[in-house]
Amino acid sequence: MQEILNKLIDRYAIEPIQENRHNQAFVTIEKNRLPDVLTWLRDYEDYTHLAFITAVDYPEIEKIQLTYMLHNYILHTDLGLRVLLDRTRPEMVSIHHLWKQVATYQRELREMFGIDFPGSPGLQENFALEGWKDIPPMRRDFDTKEYSEKTYFPRPGRQTHDPKEYMKEKLYPSAKEDK
Amino acid sequence: MDNKEINNTKLANEGLSEQDRPLFCDARPQSYKPLGKYVEKFLNWARANSLWILGYGTGCGAIELRPLMTARFDMFRWGLAPRPTPRQAGVFVIGGYMSVKTLKRVIRSYEQMQGPKFVIGLGSCTINGGMYWDSYNTINRLDHYLPVDIYITGCMPRPEALIAGFNKLKEMIKAGETDGQNEYARNFDWYKANQKKIVKDWNMPDYNW
Amino acid sequence: MSDRSKFPPVIDGKAQFDLDSGKYIKVWQGPQHPGVTGNMALELIISGDEVIDLTTHVGYLHRGFEKLMERRRYIQCFPIVCRICVPEPDTNEYLLAAAAEELAGIEIPEKAKWLRTLTLELSRLASFLMWIGGQSGAFGMGTVAQWAIAQRDFILDLFEELSGGRVYHMYIVPGGVRDDLPSGWDKHLEDVLVKTEKMLKEIEIVMFNNVIFKMRAQNLGIITPDMVDKFGIVGPNARAAGLARDLRKDEPYLIYDKLDFQVITRDFSDAYNRTYLRWQEMWQSIGLIRQIMAGMPAGNDYHYNLPNVLNWKIPHGETYVKAESTRGEYGFYMVSDGSGYPRRVYVRGPSYTHAMALLPHLAVNVNIADMAGLMVSLHTYPPEIER
Repeated sequence: MQEILNKLIDRYAIEPIQENRHNQAFVTIEKNRLPDVLTWLRDYEDYTHLAFITAVDYPEIEKIQLTYMLHNYILHTDLGLRVLLDRTRPEMVSIHHLWKQVATYQRELREMFGIDFPGSPGLQENFALEGWKDIPPMRRDFDTKEYSEKTYFPRPGRQTHDPKEYMKEKLYPSAKEDK
Repeated sequence: MDNKEINNTKLANEGLSEQDRPLFCDARPQSYKPLGKYVEKFLNWARANSLWILGYGTGCGAIELRPLMTARFDMFRWGLAPRPTPRQAGVFVIGGYMSVKTLKRVIRSYEQMQGPKFVIGLGSCTINGGMYWDSYNTINRLDHYLPVDIYITGCMPRPEALIAGFNKLKEMIKAGETDGQNEYARNFDWYKANQKKIVKDWNMPDYNW
Repeated sequence: MSDRSKFPPVIDGKAQFDLDSGKYIKVWQGPQHPGVTGNMALELIISGDEVIDLTTHVGYLHRGFEKLMERRRYIQCFPIVCRICVPEPDTNEYLLAAAAEELAGIEIPEKAKWLRTLTLELSRLASFLMWIGGQSGAFGMGTVAQWAIAQRDFILDLFEELSGGRVYHMYIVPGGVRDDLPSGWDKHLEDVLVKTEKMLKEIEIVMFNNVIFKMRAQNLGIITPDMVDKFGIVGPNARAAGLARDLRKDEPYLIYDKLDFQVITRDFSDAYNRTYLRWQEMWQSIGLIRQIMAGMPAGNDYHYNLPNVLNWKIPHGETYVKAESTRGEYGFYMVSDGSGYPRRVYVRGPSYTHAMALLPHLAVNVNIADMAGLMVSLHTYPPEIER
């Protein structure tokens, strides 16, 4: 694991590295270098398996993080590549030519996070939603509860408790009386 | 309900394109008029004993229909049989949660079924959304979109609960208490408005017959 | 296979055909169709009875699990994750627990590891039995489906005795498992295993020696070894192509490094060999369950004493944990921001690539009657694609 990280540092001058386990590490990469790094890892360093592509939304720093998880079947190591995108107009270089399943991942990310991948085939097609007009549902500022209550006729009678307070009352009813 | 005036206006079919519109039916669903007390009683007996289920596993409830169909629980003992097409089926088992995309297909399948037809809501998700009550993509109450005859609670309902539910449905049919199909015809505009509220791209006829 | 020379060219991932020419017909298989696995749809373009182009449509089961988990506490996530994959829910439970434990730095007791492995292997067996019912049904052999799914039901009975739930167990919780083995459970288990073995022998006679099954399944949907990395194929589909890739052996989690088993491979990945390989893996699972029961540690230390789970905060971090499910590498990617709620949980389902990328590739030139058999032989399961 350390070997490939050293190589990455030498070759691409990548700085922030987070090593999780002996066989898993995450590195942060500049947006435009990612296709280079991915191709190099796939073709020369045996990171041949792309496990997934996904995104994490960070509204507080106005960024969306993309994670590309690669796996090496010889050393059995995982390498996660992180890319930070601008949140207002997220756009990423498409890598659909590298693996066959990538086009679908990018289609999903376009729908769920509103990330654009110019040139990816079938990008504008629906993945899971149909005729969605609201903001992309996996963004942090989309409130699924509010949307559900507004749209789907909630059946009256549902109660919501804060689990912490509720269990406190259930388990220690005397504590409340003391107050 | 019965003294409501029968609405005979044609459906607009606004979701269809101009050249497709003449190809589809624009009549409203009609209520079923009972034939006579004793004939109807006989027919209800016959209906109750041949409940054919539409083989559409709309949610995870389909997983408990498989044991029900096979050797251990063997639903054929009660005259239940799975059918591959809506044209041959009489019972629609909504298997649990229903996403908006599925609902569109379910409406289409339901309307294509031959009457008399019955809907069984399976699992708590059909009743109040269950576990997915705050999800942006699953409906909360099935009875706003389709007339439900009977609900079977649980997540998942066991095959025994399903059998009990089917037997209860049989009793209801024999007693002539199932009115779902007529309710759908009577309150057609209300159901359609609810359905169209959430199915955003309505590109099918208003009544799929 | 996949000879596209007589078919229209493919530009930008889409076959270029003219539906108005009258040579091609568009047929939808699903979502309301008994021949698809679960609730998904295949949009087929056929010429005669040969499929020339296929598009998979999913999203009929999308519930937004990842969004729902963002607004639930860690402990509240546990009842919902098992719903992601219905025939094999325990993998989800284990992975969520493993991800949370890794981020929180919890080491679970030894006995909990053994119990977790036991449920994983049992649910693996149940999932395979469900699948072989579908596979035989897709080729018109209802008998095997009747046997296998009825036999699966007895495994569900064991689960019910163990955890109280038939389909969804919620047995694996953070810090260990919920309960110890009930007394007398091992005898019931052995009884079920013996019956399952008997049934598996019968399935071999009825299914794998059946000339119709052989003729239809052999050479159907061939996966060559060089396709495996290009499409991200994992699990039995890759093992049938001769690649010994099994996470239980390669990166042993729980107690798989203490168990004695070999990774099963075949040298040619068509529908017949994939079916046979999974049949062999059922035997392997039975063997593993026996080994686990023989080596089960005594005592009742099966749960790590967690802090108050209603106010359980997990430190900042990010991890990816994975396990070998019946369909291959199943993974949870979890990001924690130090609060009581997960920041992001991503579920990597192995069916994703199999259904979305591989199936359209394999379907070319396949007879439309064999489509159901081909799809089931990849063991795709839609809820884990769209979650």
